[in-house]
Amino acid sequence: MTETSLAPQQTISRTPVLSARDIVKHFPVYGGGILRRKVGDVHAVCGVSFDLYPNETLGLVGESGCGKSTTARVVLNLHSATAGEVLFNGQDLNKLPGKEMRHLRRSLQIVFQDPYASLDPRVPVNEIVAEPLRIHGLYDNGGRERVRELLRTVGLRPEHGNRFPHEFSGGQRQRIGIARALALEPKVLVLDEPVSALDVSIQAGVLNLLKDLQAELGLSYLFVSHDLSVVRHVADRIAVMYLGKIVETAPAEELFNNPTHPYTQALISAIPVPDPRKERTRERIVITGDVPSPANPPSGCRFRTRCPKFAAELTDSQRKLCVDQVPDLLDRGQGHPSACHYAETAQLL
Amino acid sequence: MTATDPTSTTADTVLEVEDLTVQFPTDEGLVQAVRGVSYQLRRGEVLGIVGESGSGKSVTSLAVMGLLPRSARVSGSVRFQGTELLGATDRELSRVRGQGISMVFQDPMTSLNPVYTVGDQITETILAHNDITKQAAHKRAVELLETVHIPNPQQRAKAYPHELSGGMRQRVVIAIAMANQPDVIIADEPTTALDVTVQAQILEALKTAQDETGAAMILITHDLGVIAGQADRVQVMYAGKIVESGTADEVFYEPRMPYTLGLLGSLPRLDVKTERLTPIGGSPPSVVNMPPGCPFSPRCPLAADICDAEEPPLEPGPDSQHLAACHFSYRVEGHEPRDLFRPASDDPIPAAVTEGEARE
Repeated sequence: MTETSLAPQQTISRTPVLSARDIVKHFPVYGGGILRRKVGDVHAVCGVSFDLYPNETLGLVGESGCGKSTTARVVLNLHSATAGEVLFNGQDLNKLPGKEMRHLRRSLQIVFQDPYASLDPRVPVNEIVAEPLRIHGLYDNGGRERVRELLRTVGLRPEHGNRFPHEFSGGQRQRIGIARALALEPKVLVLDEPVSALDVSIQAGVLNLLKDLQAELGLSYLFVSHDLSVVRHVADRIAVMYLGKIVETAPAEELFNNPTHPYTQALISAIPVPDPRKERTRERIVITGDVPSPANPPSGCRFRTRCPKFAAELTDSQRKLCVDQVPDLLDRGQGHPSACHYAETAQLL
Repeated sequence: MTATDPTSTTADTVLEVEDLTVQFPTDEGLVQAVRGVSYQLRRGEVLGIVGESGSGKSVTSLAVMGLLPRSARVSGSVRFQGTELLGATDRELSRVRGQGISMVFQDPMTSLNPVYTVGDQITETILAHNDITKQAAHKRAVELLETVHIPNPQQRAKAYPHELSGGMRQRVVIAIAMANQPDVIIADEPTTALDVTVQAQILEALKTAQDETGAAMILITHDLGVIAGQADRVQVMYAGKIVESGTADEVFYEPRMPYTLGLLGSLPRLDVKTERLTPIGGSPPSVVNMPPGCPFSPRCPLAADICDAEEPPLEPGPDSQHLAACHFSYRVEGHEPRDLFRPASDDPIPAAVTEGEARE
């Protein structure tokens, strides 16, 4: 299951800043009644592994409930993993004592999705951005100037630092969230749907800012999103998740040009492009049904219940493999790993 | 003030909106949500309305349906097959709603009643406008569920909304919308709350609903991709006005309004690798106490003095029915987004949304 072929193109001998090894996260489900006994588990993340290299963006995409946000939170040790390891510079985050974890948090920061909920409405922007510095005892030493500099970095005016979050628009608030995440000079930034709450005209500015910051500061991004178009634009490599597992992973261009997993193919073909002529002639792979419950995932391949290939192309004997055996994330000769027993490339764009 | 279509008010027009204005009095002042919108919807066509949040696209359709709160001040005219709907009594409107014009809302959880089965809710809609027995209506309800591709319609009719997934619920809403063979279906962000793979299914169900009923559809969305695939004609809204209107091809390939061009440039695309997006600087204006002039001018790279003094009317091009509200639309034609909009995200953005000071 180790994804040796997950190394990014061009880079040969770099060591990853952050590695996830077979992380599993289950959430207990309690029954009703007085005893509230545990009746099962939601299998949110089931054996996810990836490496994040310096100065690189790894896009984690999937639909709601696929476990992408949970993965992001486990990576930051905001949820502790049920099993597996998250390695940052060789240290397993889940085993670190609290004090050391707190110190490590300087290097791992997060930007949340909703810029309305993630900023305290009663605290002026200066203080929001200064808070991480204060917590880590860095404010007294030139913190004021640092906050001004951070606001300038994300494209805001330092003079507006004493205003409150409600005085800013959505895009500007997201910039404040980014400034706060950058305050401690992190190495890894986890971006959990950073532009989903923003209008397109605003979103573009934030995406450009993220690109510039990465180039300037040498950051690594774990970019979690449901939007493949956005991920294509920002990511160097992409991992597609379905029901708690990575189903396909490849360098961004490769994934779009030669998707091999039926789910990736369906996802790419379902996303409309803003081009009327292309849209009219495009063939759609419409997959039926909804995502099964992660409390009771299907046996074998988790996508088989909706898989167009399983339904239409495979013979009964071929299907047996899908039902009985969980497909490993392996390169089956298409040039990148895919978790499908019958992986085949397709040209969709 | 509006350059009306020359094919105006033919027998083909099912819905005609003229100079529609919607204002909401608030503590901060008068919110001008819709400022003079006019359009015609022809039989059987799909009209896409795009715009960002606060552009007035939803309020326009709520006004058409007479669903705005009492505090709203609505003026202008909305004619459905020649009958004026603005100012009509509740009783008159009830006859049109569901039968003449029906609606699909964004969130299928809140548009369905949680304490009735979905079958009952479809049956109710049918009985409201038809003099048939309950059994016949129920039978029709099951047929409708089948039409929108709900598996086991017989059983699903007995399900409560919470027992269905988001995509299934939205199909039920579509079944309700098409139940009485309406002439117009208004779909307000019908897929925004759903995942992309489910979105594809719902768009297909809407297409089926439209084919089955022969209804014209108004598709309201912020997603230019959805519009590109579905709409025959497209209207772009900004700050309560239509700023561009034309066929899908015209609007996407030859935009005549800088805002449309900017929107296309700020969109990351699935099918093309873009190195750098060209964002539109600044933010949409506040619709409270709007200043005179073009509302886009603070963000517009082409803005000149005339733009702040005079709001441009929605006018056709020299040789087309492709309307745009811009003093300089001839300077937009044939340009790429990056020609006009600087791809500079490093420029500080003014903090106050309402201050029209973005332009240097």
